[in-house]
Amino acid sequence: MRPFDYVRPSGLPEATRQARAEGSAFIAGGTNLLDLMKLEVMAPTRLVDINRLDLAECASLPIGGLRIGALVTNSDLAADERVRRDYPLLSRALLAGASGQLRNKATTGGNLLQRTRCYYFYDTSAPCNKREPGSGCSAIGGATRLHAILGASDHCIATHPSDMAVAMQALDAGVEIETVEGITRSVPLSDFYRLPGDTPHIETVLEPGDLITGVVLPAPVKATQIYRKVRDRASYAFALVSAAAVVAVENGTIGSAALAFGGVAPRPWRNHHAELMLAGERPSEKLFEAFADEVLGEARGQGGNDFKIPLLRRTIIATLKQATEESQ
Amino acid sequence: MQTDLTINGHTYALNADQRTTLLDALRQHLGLTGAKKGCDHGQCGACTVLVNGRRINSCLTLACMHDGDEIVTIEGIGSEEDLSALQQAFMSEDGFQCGYCTPGQICSATAMLEEVKAGWPSHVSDSLDGKPRLSDEEISERMSGNLCRCACYPNIVAAIRSASEASS
Amino acid sequence: MTAHVKMDAPDRRNRLDAMAQGVIGEPLDRSEGALKVSGKAVYAHEWPVEGLCHAVLVRAAISRGTVTRIDKAPVEAMDGVLAVIDDDRLLRNPAQGTANKAPVQGPRKIFYIGQPLAVVVAESFEQARHAAQQLVVETEAADAVLDPEAETLEHERPKGKQTSQGDLDQAMGAAAFSIDEVYRTPGHSSAPMEPHAAIASWDGDRLTVRASCQMLKYNRNELADALGIKPENVRILAPYVGGGFGSKLGIAHDAVAASIAARAVGRPVALALSRRQVFETTMRRSESRQRVRLAADAEGRLTGIGHAALVSQLPGEKFSEPVTQATHFLYAAKNREIVHEIVRLNLTCAGSVRAPGEAIGMTVLETAMDELAIKAGIDPVELRKRNIPETDPEGDKPFSSHMLASALDRGAKLFDWQRRNPVPRSTRDGEWLIGLGMSSAARVNMLAEAEAIVTLSAGGVRIESDMTDIGTGTYTVLAQVAAEMLGQPMQSVTTVLGDTDLPPGPGSGGSWGASSTGSAVFAACEDIRKCLAEKLGCVEEELTLKDGHAVTANRRVPLAELLADGPISVRGVIEPGKTSKEVRQSTFGAFFAEVAVNEVTAEVRVRRMLGVFAAGRILNAKTARSQCLGGMTFGIGMALTEELIHDPRTGAIVNRDFAEYHLPVNADVPQLEVDFLEERDPWASPIQAKGIGELGISGAAASINNAIFNACGVRVRDYPATLDKILAGL
Repeated sequence: MRPFDYVRPSGLPEATRQARAEGSAFIAGGTNLLDLMKLEVMAPTRLVDINRLDLAECASLPIGGLRIGALVTNSDLAADERVRRDYPLLSRALLAGASGQLRNKATTGGNLLQRTRCYYFYDTSAPCNKREPGSGCSAIGGATRLHAILGASDHCIATHPSDMAVAMQALDAGVEIETVEGITRSVPLSDFYRLPGDTPHIETVLEPGDLITGVVLPAPVKATQIYRKVRDRASYAFALVSAAAVVAVENGTIGSAALAFGGVAPRPWRNHHAELMLAGERPSEKLFEAFADEVLGEARGQGGNDFKIPLLRRTIIATLKQATEESQ
Repeated sequence: MQTDLTINGHTYALNADQRTTLLDALRQHLGLTGAKKGCDHGQCGACTVLVNGRRINSCLTLACMHDGDEIVTIEGIGSEEDLSALQQAFMSEDGFQCGYCTPGQICSATAMLEEVKAGWPSHVSDSLDGKPRLSDEEISERMSGNLCRCACYPNIVAAIRSASEASS
Repeated sequence: MTAHVKMDAPDRRNRLDAMAQGVIGEPLDRSEGALKVSGKAVYAHEWPVEGLCHAVLVRAAISRGTVTRIDKAPVEAMDGVLAVIDDDRLLRNPAQGTANKAPVQGPRKIFYIGQPLAVVVAESFEQARHAAQQLVVETEAADAVLDPEAETLEHERPKGKQTSQGDLDQAMGAAAFSIDEVYRTPGHSSAPMEPHAAIASWDGDRLTVRASCQMLKYNRNELADALGIKPENVRILAPYVGGGFGSKLGIAHDAVAASIAARAVGRPVALALSRRQVFETTMRRSESRQRVRLAADAEGRLTGIGHAALVSQLPGEKFSEPVTQATHFLYAAKNREIVHEIVRLNLTCAGSVRAPGEAIGMTVLETAMDELAIKAGIDPVELRKRNIPETDPEGDKPFSSHMLASALDRGAKLFDWQRRNPVPRSTRDGEWLIGLGMSSAARVNMLAEAEAIVTLSAGGVRIESDMTDIGTGTYTVLAQVAAEMLGQPMQSVTTVLGDTDLPPGPGSGGSWGASSTGSAVFAACEDIRKCLAEKLGCVEEELTLKDGHAVTANRRVPLAELLADGPISVRGVIEPGKTSKEVRQSTFGAFFAEVAVNEVTAEVRVRRMLGVFAAGRILNAKTARSQCLGGMTFGIGMALTEELIHDPRTGAIVNRDFAEYHLPVNADVPQLEVDFLEERDPWASPIQAKGIGELGISGAAASINNAIFNACGVRVRDYPATLDKILAGL
């Protein structure tokens, strides 16, 4: 870990100003940042500690919906009564992630920004375009069990490891961002992450100094919500694949369906186009298969992760089956 | 840089490198070696302590971020002469072998039981309704952030079960 | 006074059973438990030492080559840095168990990625860690050999590790049923929760090292040899060890580098391996390729057994994973062919990981036996029972005891094995397919030379040995032996361990610690009893000791009275003798598992698991059970999740942390059941006890894998049975 300046801003304007300079990083829960700093995968020269900023509240919105402060911990969010009642998918996703200890520290904003678990990103002696732009991708041709089958590029095949973000993606969440200029802007989560392309080191639309202040969930819809996570051990492991589903069935046909997938792409993966196939249709195995095939149309394995293609396919079909049955 | 830390009810003035984690502050600077370093990356739980009543991995937080917090380590849970109910239960159920993960397990379990009382659900809870029943499966899931290579898991579950039954 | 016992004949006296205190075998709490649950047990890196500074190792980033230059100056100039050391005495890899001398040394030649090349010493850990990360080591790379199955590699076949009896090919050809399959097991890491760590301090020429070691008698000599100093000048202290599982058998980088660094900077130095370094630079269990051939007649009686194992190792290391160790004697068959081959690779050193040999050899053999049972249409339990040999099938030696049949029967009954439907995919619970599987357990039994001093005084008993307790229960079981023999309540017994100034024990490894050191304590106690009997004018056999009193004929005398003129102190020595050679000694058992395989995702969950074990006298039913729980849980890891994954181009272990090397977590392990068979093995030791620490893993994974087949009809021959390997067959 490199030495750094440690500052604790008293308010938002000071926070974004202090974080604007090159080499600055916000620290909230620190569960991923300090992990990476110890290995010098990340080496900020200034840590801006935002833990004492007033961002730890969950507030119901007058128009319906919930605004989740960026510093709300994963534990608090999972246990929040409104979340459990209206967005059970989110509680389930959070509870499927990490451990009790980590959830107590990890925050909503930090969880969105957690870095990939790619072995080579974590190894400073190996080339990695995400860590060192232009150095190459060691994962391609290497050990790829963890890696992406969708949305990857020739420059990076890393996956996004969050469970929470997958649920939020299916819930049409928006990310609230405070800029250095003091402007608050909102970005749909579906536009928040960038695909790697040839710039895998740029992972989100955030500009230097930008601070996530909260996540907004739209008013709950009457639908069945399911989060299914598949992993190598029963707990405390990252997803090999996961599926988040928000599905409503009315009078025997699917009214609305939103599905997002984790462990398979550089960002929580959602295919709006494929979702159109479901709306207005009667639930059937055949329909689910067609949907899964559409989602996986562009999927490409790297050898070690080829299994994720059939695994995701089966998981999608089973999740849709369960969701539509429960929603009847 | 000086940080005032409140640990087990005592105030300590820590003068250490800013990079010092809470875990290293406890072990290297304050003589509180009960919290263990098993991985230093939040992947084993041996370093678990309580901060403001909640269990966290003390290896993944900086000491300088904790002025004003109430920190409790295994040394504050119960001494050799005055063991807590959980510590006693770990003894009688043989919830440890080498003992290295044990302080973390016990700190974790101590806070976990409070989480259950507060109605927090877990990954294996059938319902999110806030009335979790502490089955063996629930205990196992909630304790999965604490690895034990001697593999005393069945005994750890038994210890927590018996301590929690005794208290209720 | 010394009481020397050489194990030349079976000891059928069962003296411990004749005692009156009633503590031997009892499920007593650990003696040191209160220290451990309160965080007061002091591990290697925790000793309060004045003036301590910190050291961090620097690793090789290439798999093979030479160091051409180390740019020390910029790092030496960094804040707090005291020294950058690339001393020739730094280890290439840790010593193998019982090596008793230094392993290969020298940081100039690189043999594997992650090899320590230098050590950086600084005032604080934070400074040392950062400085070590900045050190530039220039290297010249050479071609590395990384694939154990590359066809071009030379296979070493050490003489004495090959067996050929009869004509296996002919037996295979004539068999009514046969199996000829290739199985694979991956590399494993011991992964003790306490990383290897040491604090070294010098006082003139005398070196004291607080370290995390399993075998102090050997470790002292290894450390001295590595440093080029006399063993008399080395003291190692290891009263508490946070797990070892083989990885701390021999002296490792931490102790050697800390000692060199402490000498160089003239101050005590602490050095702990990072978790990554534990994965990269301590021992791995070699991966293996195992071809098993089984030939059976129409009744399922084996006519031939072939077991050919290929394992890997660094150049120049003698140890190789003894995969087929139990195949030599487990089942009868006239025609036998056992082959042991080694290839030399540029991968982390291979060494002992819990039950070297049986852990993977039994697992594969027992998977093959399951395949044979299915092919022959014979119940897997019955198939095994039909093939239990009368005597050692390779030399006609009798077994010291043989409890496999009893374990199989007992396990089948307790587990309700008869409920198993032999047809795969016949039991279902929602999305989950349920299956039952079983396997035999066997692990060779060994006795090792051990010494302990037992002192009986008016105040109680004191036991002293350099033996370690790595979670194995040594403190407790040694105290139980002495308490039983000398009629003392447990709280009157003090056990001091883990200090090379004390009499040498064999250390913790090979499951021999408790029976060997326990026998040394027993021998000393017997002599003490003789002294007391003499004082009372009776023979030892007539003396009853209980609760601090001696009873003989009609007299009851407080021991304090008999010891008024001073304590009695005896050095007990146990030495292995003819019983180690005249009979085949093994522990036996059986595993039964119930698993659920998810029909959608192929995830596997163990629902129930039972181990039935026979390991001679059980010294403490609670700690012995815990040892078995540990072994069985290792088995769950081997079966389902544990695997060192190497980058195919560099050999680097890519999953060198606990996030991606998947030890079982609490949620992976159900309430396991352990059952012990009552046994006294007179050939094994004067206390009739055998090893227990490794039996619980030896074959365990096969019961789970066999249950997977029974659940879903997919046979996994490439461990671990991760979901991707099952998915394809669903």
